[in-house]
Amino acid sequence: MENFTPYSAFFGGSLIGLSAALLLYFNGRIAGISGIISGAFNVKDNDRYWRLFFLGGLILSAALFNHFFQTVSVNYSRSTILLIISGVLVGYGTRLGNGCTSGHAVCGLARFSKRSAAATVTFMVAAMLTVYVTRHLLGILQ
Amino acid sequence: MTKNLASLFCGALFGLGLTISQMSNPDKVLAFLDVTGNWDPSLMFVMAGALITLATAQHFILKRQQPICDTKFYLPKTNLPIDKRLILGAIIFGIGWGLVGFCPGAVLAALSDSKFEPFLFTLALGAGMMLFSCFDNKK
Repeated sequence: MENFTPYSAFFGGSLIGLSAALLLYFNGRIAGISGIISGAFNVKDNDRYWRLFFLGGLILSAALFNHFFQTVSVNYSRSTILLIISGVLVGYGTRLGNGCTSGHAVCGLARFSKRSAAATVTFMVAAMLTVYVTRHLLGILQ
Repeated sequence: MTKNLASLFCGALFGLGLTISQMSNPDKVLAFLDVTGNWDPSLMFVMAGALITLATAQHFILKRQQPICDTKFYLPKTNLPIDKRLILGAIIFGIGWGLVGFCPGAVLAALSDSKFEPFLFTLALGAGMMLFSCFDNKK
């Protein structure tokens, strides 16, 4: 557990919670990222511009923070085929299941939604099993 | 316009939260998911911080008749049943999440690093969403 960072994790998490609270306070919307992404590109929806602004703000602030404060470089190296398979699964699964980590595990749980609790437990277990199988049983994807 | 500015600000806070908590680092997320390995419980603290803040604020926000910039709160119905779609979707998402360590919010924050992998993952994510809208006949 030498990489455990409880303070920055808790502080960063609080900012995520504050962001979701303010989005609800101002716009009455849920800060579920997968829903915001798919809605932002739904051209039939006239009320989609707030979503584009949200996504723009997210990318911009992360870029500024990394530019000024990032000290360690993150290792993203993964094989092309793995990135494609994983991305398609995440995109498809979050639409079918109506939400991802932010929509279910943060916004849904904060509202004590039974559906979000079920989804959160399910995707956490599925993800942990995936890591167990790939890392420890098959010994790949270290 | 106020609506869009509020969104921009909320998005910025969200991106800052993801970056500060290092959830945009896929190795950090995989270290949380690797419960039998060198486990890093940081993600639980991210969730705790987010849930405590949101649940408390929400308690007061939802006492209002309507949000500041809109006429109603757009909240998912709470009385819907837990169905096959929800669980199957969560399983598919979980497998994808466990393979690389990117969830939709995290990969967007990681895009700002201008590396190839987050871009490719984002494109695949969009393709997966489009695939769903093409084949989903329930809507």
